[in-house]
Amino acid sequence: MSPESVFPALETLLPRVQKPIQYVGGEVNAVVADWDAAQVRWALMYPDAYEVGAPNQGVQILYEVLNEAQGVLAERTYAVWPDLEALMREHDVPQFTVDSHRPVGAFDVFGLSFSTELGYTNMLTALDLAGIPLLARDRVDGHPLVVAGGHAAFNPEPIADFIDAAVLGDGEEAVLRISEIVQEWKSAGEPGGRAQLLVNIAASGVAYVPAFYDVEYLEDGRIRRVIPARSGIPWRVAKHTVMDLDEWPYPKAPLVPLAETVHERMSVEIFRGCTRGCRFCQAGMITRPVRERSKVGIAEMVDRGLAATGYEEVGLLSLSSADHSEIAEVTTYLADCYEDSQTSLSLPSTRVDAFNIDLANELSRNGRRSGLTFAPEGGSERMRRVINKQVTEDDLIRTVATAYGAGWRQVKLYFMCGLPTETDEDVLQIARLAREVIRVGREVSGRRDIRCTVSIGGFVPKPHTPFQWAAQLDHESTDARLAKLRDAIRTDREYGKSIGFRYHDGKPGIIEGLLSRGDRRVGRIIRTAWERGARFDGWSEHFDFDRWAQAASDALADESVDLDWFTTRERQHAEVLPWDHLDSGLDREWLWEDWQDAIDEVGVEDCRWHPCSDCGVCDQLGTEIQVGPTDLGLPEIRVSALA
Amino acid sequence: MSRKPPRDYVAPVQRFRLRYAKRGRLRFASHRDFQRAFERALRRAGVPMAYSAGFSPHPKISYANAAPTGTASEAEYLEIGVARECAADQLRAAIDAALPPGLDIVDVVEAQTSDFAARLQASRWRIVLAGLTPAEVAGPVAELLSRPECLVERLTKNGVRQFDVREALLEARVAPAPNGAEGCAILTVVLRQATPAVRPDDVLAALRSVAPAPVADGWQQPPPQVTREQQGPLAEGGVTDEVMIGDPLAADREAT
Repeated sequence: MSPESVFPALETLLPRVQKPIQYVGGEVNAVVADWDAAQVRWALMYPDAYEVGAPNQGVQILYEVLNEAQGVLAERTYAVWPDLEALMREHDVPQFTVDSHRPVGAFDVFGLSFSTELGYTNMLTALDLAGIPLLARDRVDGHPLVVAGGHAAFNPEPIADFIDAAVLGDGEEAVLRISEIVQEWKSAGEPGGRAQLLVNIAASGVAYVPAFYDVEYLEDGRIRRVIPARSGIPWRVAKHTVMDLDEWPYPKAPLVPLAETVHERMSVEIFRGCTRGCRFCQAGMITRPVRERSKVGIAEMVDRGLAATGYEEVGLLSLSSADHSEIAEVTTYLADCYEDSQTSLSLPSTRVDAFNIDLANELSRNGRRSGLTFAPEGGSERMRRVINKQVTEDDLIRTVATAYGAGWRQVKLYFMCGLPTETDEDVLQIARLAREVIRVGREVSGRRDIRCTVSIGGFVPKPHTPFQWAAQLDHESTDARLAKLRDAIRTDREYGKSIGFRYHDGKPGIIEGLLSRGDRRVGRIIRTAWERGARFDGWSEHFDFDRWAQAASDALADESVDLDWFTTRERQHAEVLPWDHLDSGLDREWLWEDWQDAIDEVGVEDCRWHPCSDCGVCDQLGTEIQVGPTDLGLPEIRVSALA
Repeated sequence: MSRKPPRDYVAPVQRFRLRYAKRGRLRFASHRDFQRAFERALRRAGVPMAYSAGFSPHPKISYANAAPTGTASEAEYLEIGVARECAADQLRAAIDAALPPGLDIVDVVEAQTSDFAARLQASRWRIVLAGLTPAEVAGPVAELLSRPECLVERLTKNGVRQFDVREALLEARVAPAPNGAEGCAILTVVLRQATPAVRPDDVLAALRSVAPAPVADGWQQPPPQVTREQQGPLAEGGVTDEVMIGDPLAADREAT
């Protein structure tokens, strides 16, 4: 029987909260599914505020894929802000889905997509509001399966106590496989209850079930080994890889929220994976190999998506969009199609070369040329060799000169601070580079009102990257280094006023580092911090470093490890890492050699244009690089119906 | 190198005035939320909108007197300019189909007259007070109507402002719930349009301020449900003492 909607109770609370529209659903293209006709029901959560979560591509894709499947339905839920959380607790309103306002506890599967580890405390709030026990071991028959996915799920150990399972890699096929397993188990009368269902899932290899693995520790606090706790459970769990993106043209009808969100545009994923080999980049390591959507597939998705949404802007998404083998043809084609239709195209790409400017020029044929973003990531040539960002200073200066020459007024440069082997001098090079950018920019444009904004992010070492062994820079050193850089920019009389400087302090990065490379002991810290009020840790106005640091020291009081041990400590080759039993396809020895090459400032080439460097992914997972050019021609250019 | 906007301004060939409703859960949409939803619906519906000139062209839409966030409405109005000739009934059907359920186009008339905004002189609001009896509401209503002035304060984006509710309040009536529900009062008020606007929640604040102490919880819990039922010109005469609000689209309809 269908559970009752909580909307009548929620409705009386909504006049008392900020931006109530985010809680009512009713988005264009939201699916109204028949509860009773489905046997497997998913509640999908993006564990952040609606304005961040609603545009998330991962959730939108799985929402459609699941709702298209026979006998399966999916609804969505997001983190509620503290004002509504307090009222929901006061009036006993449970965590609800925005589609039909059903209680999350009534679903079979509660799936959470973690793009970042900073959503962990929001998961605990949602579980608690849903009436689902926080600890997986306390759950009984009738409680939903709590399944984590997204990039953070490649090391789910810090949340191992709270989740029932984790899916690694692409979710499209994995959620369908899990749905099948749940459906079979329910049709058979739920033999063995929830516990047997988890065994079925673990044994199939579709997901990692942390409860079926034991972690043993050495006396010094390092991990001794991680082993299956029972027979029939795989030693390692591998990631999922979807091949042929053209077979997965999702989302076909993207959601159009009524509430304002962080991305007021439609997105089309033009390829998945990246083999540029930037050593800091977890996304580029765990999403290999590169799989391109064909140019025809892209054109169809843009056309169909715009008709279904009415959006004014389309973003062509990927980890490095200018790298698509047919990108020039695609951008020219789309620019022609939508020339007179008040539809703009954007290419969030940060490649530092002239080709990128050509693309940007093409996409802004009719629009204002305001700003372009490039990501040299490292300030000095040496630093860029360490991180394998193969851009020389000459490349960069030539590129920005082309940009200013083509009428762009502002260039944004993105760098990281705290990279392995980095010194003050490496970071101060950023100031010199920015001055050179302005000097050349004024020269080629003949204007003094051009600007350059330097934006700095703190480096956080991530699992399944060559830097997974690296020491994270402590927050005091990060802040001191950035203060020197700020002074170097501000005190420049000739160019300082043309250079903007944006950065964040180093403290949030330390907690992100703890949650990224932590093991199961970190779960106690997360729970303690959450009990003391940690929520929305990705929001600076809610994040409280001292609360986390205190939670870490209290939760680890009886352990030989502490916050520094998890973050600023360099790991050795022999150490068992918490995620070593989770298989991203990358060969551990290849990662180690790449780490050594980083220290030696040796580069590694992109396997799309150079021979395979044996990272291990394709051999291990039976995948292959899928890039064009394709031989299918694009459809005839027709004037858009919207013109 | 300086670049020139690619487009010159093209005057709309036709203008249409639309009456729309904001119902149910979508009453929680703010006016900005509605604007985005409406502009996207126009694009999905393929309405040939006229655009402003420049690097960032905007569709020609004028909005009038939006109801506050959280308030439902049966009588919101806006005007659009189109670049190609359209038929009013086809526009109504196409835009209504493209809008999410809860945002509904009620009426479309081609604009034939000027001074449309000036015809939106007053609104009739229906306020459901589910926690009060008609008798509990009637006393404060009579008291408020007997006063020459009643000031309330509200926080606006320009800081705390004072409003004279009595000056804008043309009529206030109390009735029991039509379904006979006990302990529920229906308050209907007519408010004159002014800048800045006196809103239904200002009326409720004024009523609380003149209600006998202690003020009943029912004025705030459960939250009053407010619906704008009518908006338009104040009509002369009439056989009863009720204030009459006319159809603001009547002049355009007659001229068509």
